[in-house]
Parts: sequence; C-alpha cells; structure tokens
Amino acid sequence: MSTTSFIATPRATAAERSQSEVMRRAARRSRYLSNTAAAIFSCGLVIWTLLPIYNIMMVSFEGHSDVFSGAIWPPDPSASGYWVVLTEGYWYLQNFWHQFGNSVYVGAATTFLTLLIASAASFSISRLRINHGWVISNAALMTYVIPASFLAIPFYRIMQNYGMTNNLWSVIAAMVTFATPYAMFIFQQYGRSIPIELDESARIDGASPIQIYLRIYLPLMAPALVAVGTYALLLAWNEYLYQFLMLSDKRAMTVPVALASFLNSDEAPWNYMMATAVVYALPPVIIYYWFRRRMTAGLTMGGVKG
Amino acid sequence: MADVLQTTQVLPAQALALKGKARFWRGHLQGSEYAWAIAFCVPYIAIFLAFVIYPVAFGIWMGSEPSLYTTLFSDPIYLETVLNTAIYLGVAINVKMFCALLLSGFFMRPGWWNKALLMVFVLPWAVPSLPFFISIHWMLNGEYGMLNNLLYDLFHINAPDWLTSRWTAFGSAMLSHVWKWMPFWTVILLAGRMAIPSEIKDAAKVDGATGLRSFIHISFPLLANLYLICTLLSTIFSLGDFNSVYFVTGGGPADSTHVLATLGIRYAFDLAQPRLGVAAVISALPLLVPLVIILMRKFRTSQVQL
Repeated sequence: MSTTSFIATPRATAAERSQSEVMRRAARRSRYLSNTAAAIFSCGLVIWTLLPIYNIMMVSFEGHSDVFSGAIWPPDPSASGYWVVLTEGYWYLQNFWHQFGNSVYVGAATTFLTLLIASAASFSISRLRINHGWVISNAALMTYVIPASFLAIPFYRIMQNYGMTNNLWSVIAAMVTFATPYAMFIFQQYGRSIPIELDESARIDGASPIQIYLRIYLPLMAPALVAVGTYALLLAWNEYLYQFLMLSDKRAMTVPVALASFLNSDEAPWNYMMATAVVYALPPVIIYYWFRRRMTAGLTMGGVKG
Repeated sequence: MADVLQTTQVLPAQALALKGKARFWRGHLQGSEYAWAIAFCVPYIAIFLAFVIYPVAFGIWMGSEPSLYTTLFSDPIYLETVLNTAIYLGVAINVKMFCALLLSGFFMRPGWWNKALLMVFVLPWAVPSLPFFISIHWMLNGEYGMLNNLLYDLFHINAPDWLTSRWTAFGSAMLSHVWKWMPFWTVILLAGRMAIPSEIKDAAKVDGATGLRSFIHISFPLLANLYLICTLLSTIFSLGDFNSVYFVTGGGPADSTHVLATLGIRYAFDLAQPRLGVAAVISALPLLVPLVIILMRKFRTSQVQL
C-alpha cells in the first residue's frame, strides 16, 4: 500500500509517466485477451453441458413421425407428447401416475428412514459416546466405499428367497442401506460443532437421552438434516439398478424402470420416452436448485474434506 | 479478591474436566442411559447386518467355487471387459478429475457471469442419470441421432456411427460418464479452493507468483490431498458405475464394451448364471480392497489435520 502512494506522487517525470502508460495498456490488452478466451471457453462449456439436454427437449417436442426425420430443430413443435404422458394416453404409459407415486413413496420412505436411523446412531456414537462406537463408524465408512452395484446380485437372491421382489420395501431397504453411511459421516462431522455442554446441562436438569435427542440434538442438527435428506431423496429418485432388479411387475415399477422398459419395445416411441424423462427429471432438478447451497455445504462438510 | 482467585483456579480444573470429557461421560453411562445408547444404535446395526454383512457373505459363498474362475478366464468377453474396466478407470477418471481441477480454477474467476455459468454447468449432476444416458444413446445414433445431423448441417462432416464400433462406442460411454460426474467433482474442488485463505495467495502475488506459478506452488500443494482423496473415491465409485455403460452402449457392439459392473449383471440375469456374475464382481476385489485401504487411511490422516 505504501509503495503505491509513493509512486503516485505528482513529482513523477514524463518518462516515468509514459512507461506506466505502456504498462497499463499492456495490462489492459492482456486482460482483454483473457476475457475473450474465457468467453470462448464458456461457450464451449455451455454447448458441452447442454447438448444432451437440448436433445432430450427437442425429441420430447417432436411428433411421433418426426423423430426419424433427422432434424435438429423440431419441424412441428408441439407439447402433445407431454399431454400423452400426463393423461396416460399410450399403452406403455398406462400406469404412469401409479409408477410416479411409487417413486415418490420410495423417495419419501428412504429419506425418512435414513434421517431417523442415521441420526439415532450418530447420537448414540458421538453424544452418548457408546462403548466401541468407532467400530460402528468404521463399518459405516466401509459401506460407503463399497460400490452398490457389486452387491446387487446377492441382494436380489436374498430378496427373492424371502419373496420380497415386486415389493417397494425391498428397494427402500437397499436405498437406506446405501444412504445411511454417508448420512452418519455428515452427522458426526457436523455434530462436532455443537457443544456437548448443552447435553450435559440438560442431563443435570434431568432430561433423559430421548429428550436430549428430540429437543436438543435434532433441532441443532437441522442444516445437516436438510443436506442429508436432500441427498437421500435424490439418491432414491435417481437409482436404477436395484429398482430394475427388484421390481418387474407393471404396478410395482417405479418411473425409471418403466422408462427403461420402453427401450425393449419393438418401436421405441422416442418422443413419449423423452417427455416422460423430462417429467421425471423435473422434481430432482427443482429440489436440487432449491437446496443447492445446503447440499453443497453438506458435501464439503463431511464427504470429501481434505 | 479471594473470589476472583478462586474462579481463576477453578477454570483450569474445568478445562481438565472438559479434556477428559469422554471418560467422564462414559463413566456415567450406566443403567437406563446405557440401554438408551444401545437402543439408538440398534436400527443401524440391524440394517448393517441384514443388508451389508449378509449379502456380502452370501456373495462370497456364491462365488467360492474355483471352477467359476476357470470358466471366467476362458471367456474372451471377460478378458475384454477387464481391459475396458482398466481403461475406464485409468483414462476416464483421470481425465474427469484433471478437467474438474482446471475448471474449479476457472470458476474462481469473479463476476456474476461465472456464477450463472456454474449454475448451468452443474445441471448434469442434478438430473437423474438414466433418462439422460438414454438420450445420449439416441443422440449418437448414426442415422437419426442429433449429433451426426448437427455435424452434417453445420460442417458437412459425415461422422461415423458412434455406437457400432468398439472404441467409438466405449469412448462415448466414457465421455457420458465425464459429462455426468465432472460437475460434482468440480464443485467439491471449488469448495476446496475457496477454503484456501486468500492471504496466502496475496502474499505469493506480492512475491511475484501469479498464474501458473501460483497454481503449481500454492494451490496445488494445498489441494493435493483433497485431489487424491477425490480421485480414489471416484475410482471406487466408478468401478461400480453401471448406468453410463449400460444405457449408452448397452455393452454392445457384440458385448465388446462391457465393464465389470455391467458384465456381472449380464451373466446373472441375461445368461441366468448368477454365480458367474458374482465371480466377475469378486474378481475386482484385488483392485478394490487396496484402494479402500488407502482411502480409509487417507480419511483418517486428513481427519487428524482438520
């Protein structure tokens, strides 16, 4: 700071002034160049990001026969595809709203159970400090790093043995299993910021552990609960493999399974498929942008903090 | 005066009590409180035993026959798959992570334009993967797909049919994976960069380190641990990545673009040989287990640093 004020004294000579003018011009030019490069790069990035999204939107607005026309803009754009999806007006879409309800049910149940089970376990480990709690934490962390698709085959066989296929609860069980480890990790990281003296003073006032859990722990954990709840909801909503393996009956299917089963039909109705896909993708996108800040905070709070 | 002295003498004692908090607390964890602590943990332990330990044990039992592995290694598709998986992990993951690292630096630039760009850029992460991979599959269709029509209309290029030869198909699957997951890792690394105190960079700037030098000597050493953890996590997650290969190429042409996750499902459900499917998955353990051990160790050391 002091050096700048020293240079900026009015006693600078003409030569010094012209030199500083040259430097300023060079700086301006380099800033201009870097801004142009950034703008070009941004355009490339936008095209890269939006190309598949544009494709899905374009096909969903096309007519049934236009799909095979090879156009890059719908020749006759209409929202009839969406209307067909929303009114279940195509034989593949007969159960659309039922399947959508299944997806909502799986998402809601997964979110609720994940929050309940993970917060209770984290409370026991990090607040009540149960003996050997670290064993449970490490077991959860191990589960977090097992790829879910690797357990799919034995999981399917077990559910088959118990006659649980075509039952939404088999999927919910799988989703809760794979969402709780991350949830516990976040809860334990976040819980460190809540002073344990609060629990102690409540205990001295005669609160039982369940009261501490309900009245102190959960309210103070609200930001982490929101972040993890969003995560669990999106995990269950976006998952495909387990839902595909467990749910084969048309009435028990969720939307992604039904959507993928379109692919196996002889003439895939691409415009209806893409319209279904857009309807299915809207809720997570809205939820994501709604909770974006909290989710990002949650991810950096625990997940992969270095 | 005596009062003041007494309080100052009590304070260190309190601090000691706080330091020995764990012991103090556990010492008092008796009777009903102990029962509560166990009760809070039981749901998670039950889930862990029923849906992690049981399937893992069941899977190991299913894949315990040595003859399965001789069948596996004599299958040329399996050998191709191993090569594919190695390329997938070696190339796609590193390209994705390195681009994410560079992009996170790009998004550090100030201005509302960059924030808006980031909002668009994270869209692939927010949308469910399945419909968008189906859309990419259709977009890459040689005759009707949008990409080739676009290339022809704009540049008069007759692009190849991407999904009918092995390497273009597999490259498409890898790029789809990068499209879907690069935003996530960019956000994580961006958060890591933002956590670097700006004073360090300012000090380096005063010493003349800008641009590349600032990145090599300041940002990268501080980000290195995070970057390594992210890469390990991403490698493990991608080992179980099912959707991008299954929906973009479907394993085709002629089952030449499978990865272990999709091949296991193919053996188990298309060819009705679940044991062989489990064996294919188990054959990834020699890679998975060391990665998990390194990652767990990294997690622990970085937690100490926090």
